[in-house]
Amino acid sequence: MNREIAVVAFAQTDHRRTSDESSEVEMLMPVLHEVLARTGLKTADIGFTCSGSSDYLAGRAFSFTLALDGVGAWPPISESHVEMDGAWALYEAWVKLQTGDADTALVYSYGKSSPGSVRDVLTRQLDPYYVAPLWPDSVALAALQAQALIDTGRADEPALAAVGARSRADAETNPHAQLRGSVSQGEYLVRPLRTGDCPPIGDGAAAVILAAGERARDLCERPAWIRGIDHRIEAHGIGVRDLTDSPSTRLAAERAGAFERPVDTAELHAPFSSQEIVLREALRLDDGVRVNPSGGALAANPVMAAGLIRIGESAARIHRGESDRALAHATSGPCLQQNLVAVLEGDPR
Amino acid sequence: MSAVLKAPLTVEFPFTRSLGPVQSAFLTGLRERVILGVRTGDGRTLVPPVEYDPVTAEEIRDLVEVAPTGTVTTWAWNHAPRRGQPLATPFAWILVRLDGADTALLHALDAPGPDAVHTGMRVRVRWAGERTGAITDIACFEPYDGERAEPAGHSGEFTDAVTGIVAPARLDYTYSPGRATTGYLHALAGRRMVGERCPSCRKVYVPPRGACPTCGVATAEQVEVGPGGTVTTFCIVNIKAKNLDIEVPYVYAHIALDGADLALHGRIAGIPYDQVRMGLRVEPVWTEGGRYPDHYRPTGEPDTAYDTYKELL
Repeated sequence: MNREIAVVAFAQTDHRRTSDESSEVEMLMPVLHEVLARTGLKTADIGFTCSGSSDYLAGRAFSFTLALDGVGAWPPISESHVEMDGAWALYEAWVKLQTGDADTALVYSYGKSSPGSVRDVLTRQLDPYYVAPLWPDSVALAALQAQALIDTGRADEPALAAVGARSRADAETNPHAQLRGSVSQGEYLVRPLRTGDCPPIGDGAAAVILAAGERARDLCERPAWIRGIDHRIEAHGIGVRDLTDSPSTRLAAERAGAFERPVDTAELHAPFSSQEIVLREALRLDDGVRVNPSGGALAANPVMAAGLIRIGESAARIHRGESDRALAHATSGPCLQQNLVAVLEGDPR
Repeated sequence: MSAVLKAPLTVEFPFTRSLGPVQSAFLTGLRERVILGVRTGDGRTLVPPVEYDPVTAEEIRDLVEVAPTGTVTTWAWNHAPRRGQPLATPFAWILVRLDGADTALLHALDAPGPDAVHTGMRVRVRWAGERTGAITDIACFEPYDGERAEPAGHSGEFTDAVTGIVAPARLDYTYSPGRATTGYLHALAGRRMVGERCPSCRKVYVPPRGACPTCGVATAEQVEVGPGGTVTTFCIVNIKAKNLDIEVPYVYAHIALDGADLALHGRIAGIPYDQVRMGLRVEPVWTEGGRYPDHYRPTGEPDTAYDTYKELL
């Protein structure tokens, strides 16, 4: 028997190219305070805390333990961490709430890409035997996927550019976004991807609060109920996969109930323009669905937080009454290797 | 508030990895200019080969040689090669399906420019001059319009197979420590120690990290602490650390600086190691050019009563 679990609050930083003046905990703490304030909860009221981050981004060992200083973990709290995007931390928290062990959960994630070279940092997640020694950076791998998509005839460079332009135009109304408005499509970074097809590099953090059942209704006027959530992974060898399709996204969406009836909104975690096209097709989103009204990852991509932000943005639209049924997607790994889909709904108005 | 501190930080490590039987055969093969794939239960040939079928998870061990020639299945032009990548001059990243294989291998293609590259083009391996049993034994691929090369049917058995690889990794950062630690480091430069007070529980943290780990709120009020302090607990080090020019045995202690609510650690000198005790009063000793106290030495004051520091152990 599934418990009803909802996202009841969401907060995020302004995402910026650098945050030199702040350590990770200094960047994260205001977001934690904001998300707690939205519900009136204190750390001591939270049943379970789960975070997502990667020490490799800023080159700071055990940064997630220092980040925990911002939570106030005394008396000792029930806590966990994933070396993944915060969307997977949210999944763990959702499972924890399903077990009945907790009624509320704080989920947060953060990424400081500015101290390092994120294109190179991300090579370290690849197969260490056959792939990582070649140092194929994240843009290069996405470019291979984009060219494969272009070769099928389902997209061309202008179509890719249109995705970036629409994302940054939508981000005009998102005060947290890093890239907004008219942004030049730019030169090739790795052909066929131009700078406009790629996400901005930046720092940021996000947090959500989950609550179960009546607790959710107490804490939020219109909770964003998680009707289904699932994540699936594909083979790590990119030469084994059809890069122009995303069967793992489709399967996760099926398992999350996304195809049972249409959604009105979708927040897709597509750091590269070509990936949005692949995801839209895998998720069978038609033109009636509002895709990435926040601007998506092409407008702000704090690595490790950008996926959780998709869930948070979807939920916030439901909280505000701007959506009744939304799909949130998060991705991890090269070329959409692993994908998470959540379906969120608001109570009928 | 003083300017943000920044410093270069290099994280460098050689990963030593052992190989499974299929990986060992593949990488040994590269050393010998032989390319091996592995056959799956449903008859597909995977190149590069893996230990387990990516679809069924079945253990697969049936090695089969494929050709050093193949077809590009997708490509991307890299006009600005980055450190560690296969070529230092502009090149194309490719996925290449070798003749005889059903899956594609990632590598670099040496081509004069993007106009010379297209999906479906034929390429062949260019071997590295020096080969050690690594994916980089393939220097890169090059355009090829000749006949399809026929593999010789190698068994996959080698007399001196490689059993591991050493994969060096290096990442460069420009580290900035954040607001609180920056203030701490600036004070240290003037031979002062500063902590920050929690506005909620009033504890003073040294070194400050910007947050009170108990209350989860920002610390902001800077508080000068020390220079004197009290040894709250200690240990005697009897093993000489590598690259450390300190005679053993010596004492390493937790020291609660006056005004601090958290002990920091440091070496105690200027007193025989077996006379160091809890409650001993100490002060920092700075050396010329040192960025932090070299060690702490006794002040000669009477010992501090246990009750005054028992919460700081």
